[in-house]
Amino acid sequence: MESELELVQINPWCWEIPKTGNMLVPGRVFADRSFIESAQHEQALSQVRNVACLPGIQLASLAMPDIHWGYGFAIGGVAAFDIDTGVISPGGVGYDIACGVRLIRSNLDVKSVRKIVPDLVHELSRSIPAGVGRHGNIRLSQREINDLLTKGVPWAISQGFGWREDLDSIEDGGVLEGADPEMVSRRARERGSAQSGTLGAGNHFIEVQRVEDIYDEEAAAAFGIFPDQLCVMVHSGSRGLGHQVCTDFVKIMGGAAARAGIDLPDRQLACAPIKSREGRDYYTAMSGAVNFARVNRQVMTHLVRQSFEYIFKSSAEQLGLDLVYDVSHNVAKFEEHDLGGEIKRLCVHRKGATRSFPPGHPEIPAKYRAVGQPVIVPGDMGTASYLLKGTATAMAASFGSTCHGAGRVMGRRAAKRVIQGHDLKKRLEAQGITVRAGSTAALAEEAPEAYKDIDKVVDICHNAGLSSRVARLRPLGVVKG
Amino acid sequence: MRPFEVIEHTADIGVRSFGTTEPEAFQNAALGMFSLLSDLESVGEIENFTISVEAEDRETLLVEWLNELLYLYESREVLLKRFEIVSFRETTLEARAYGEPIDPDRHVIKTDIKAATYHMLKVSETDSGWVTQIIFDV
Repeated sequence: MESELELVQINPWCWEIPKTGNMLVPGRVFADRSFIESAQHEQALSQVRNVACLPGIQLASLAMPDIHWGYGFAIGGVAAFDIDTGVISPGGVGYDIACGVRLIRSNLDVKSVRKIVPDLVHELSRSIPAGVGRHGNIRLSQREINDLLTKGVPWAISQGFGWREDLDSIEDGGVLEGADPEMVSRRARERGSAQSGTLGAGNHFIEVQRVEDIYDEEAAAAFGIFPDQLCVMVHSGSRGLGHQVCTDFVKIMGGAAARAGIDLPDRQLACAPIKSREGRDYYTAMSGAVNFARVNRQVMTHLVRQSFEYIFKSSAEQLGLDLVYDVSHNVAKFEEHDLGGEIKRLCVHRKGATRSFPPGHPEIPAKYRAVGQPVIVPGDMGTASYLLKGTATAMAASFGSTCHGAGRVMGRRAAKRVIQGHDLKKRLEAQGITVRAGSTAALAEEAPEAYKDIDKVVDICHNAGLSSRVARLRPLGVVKG
Repeated sequence: MRPFEVIEHTADIGVRSFGTTEPEAFQNAALGMFSLLSDLESVGEIENFTISVEAEDRETLLVEWLNELLYLYESREVLLKRFEIVSFRETTLEARAYGEPIDPDRHVIKTDIKAATYHMLKVSETDSGWVTQIIFDV
């Protein structure tokens, strides 16, 4: 266990780990006092400090309020590197590359359709493969996988999954350019080929939700959100393909770091110079995995629309099932940021953190540009999820980043000891939430008690200026793996 | 000597395995990992697989060994319950693993293991034999 780090509070919502020893920049943690105290127990803050030692890191090693311990980089961390002197690290992205979430809106108000929601949830669980080791109904050939990896969501749409309009509501227009399928190992592609369009397990889910509160009417209107609206949230990642890409490159980079003379305080910080062969290879493989994850969510969106059509006997277009936005929270992106008056191109790693770009940013779709980028933060089961908007403060303080969710506080086995999956299901159903889970034991692992309080996490992000609350959504039904 | 014990971690899970020899500890690490995936009592030894891995050192060999088995599990959809290391050198390992294809009616998959990581990785000799320690991203 590390000795306690020195922490200096610099404003009500931000603490600094002063630059000492091998640190090149300070650490900066967005939190409140109680979060600071619990994070120290988890060694998460010593991970924030370790990241500050990596070559080419700019400004500060950042931590979001939902930070918890991870491999090498803590989960809920942001680190940006100069492209000439800096490194890229698979551990700074995470095993579940482009794990992310999307919000689908509708024209339906919950009051009029409340009674049909359980049927809708059953239909969703029936039509969308979920759970560990489950297959998708789509089997991809090698050629199709290569197309998917390079062309991303536009490819999926050309295959009949979703609408052209959806592209406008996905980061990067649904495809990260420059993906190289050759860099995605055969093994990764094998793991991915049977899992396309599947939900996965762990903290992945599909939720039918109700818009309970609106905090920002102008932004809500711009995002197509209204009070008491029925929405669907899909939270999923790159499945075995992404996990394998990370595994492959943590291994490759172990050697690369040593060869580049980089002294790593932690093996899981394995990295390579951005402009090295290994660095470029990782980025192109990661891009493939990002595209895979987004296609996954796109395929599930298509299945969600089909389920709605079946239940409501109306077309998805008439039901207004538009994609509000799709965000990824485990990615490394090349972005331009203002550092002390100079615009620099940086490689921004967000691991368990969401991009939160401000009004006016060219990467935001035109329809939202005046308002700011939609930020979607899924909460823990049975509590709440949030829709927020990006801010200029985030751009200046955190490379345009904010939290991604609630962050765990209780280990999975501890959660299973304390909470019975069966009781949890009953508790949720008593609240009027329909639950469809593959495994009640897995359900217990994901109980709200195992997570930090989402309202608190979002509150800190809002107060720190990293993202502004637009709406709060509550689950009516959950489909879990 | 118990073959392994489970290590708790906030977002993830690990295994500490034991053996009178180093290969035995490696075998028990695999047993530990598959025990996290499913209850192995209902798994028969119907098929066997040959595994061959190499790495820079013994510790990374443990990671390679377990990730190779994980890949087999996911790509061939099999649960493995017994492991026999037939060759164990400084940086290479050859083994046979026994198990059967996953049957959704009989086998419940308990956890989704993404990978074996390098975090808190340990392979060491003690007075009573060998110990390995490995954390999985779940």
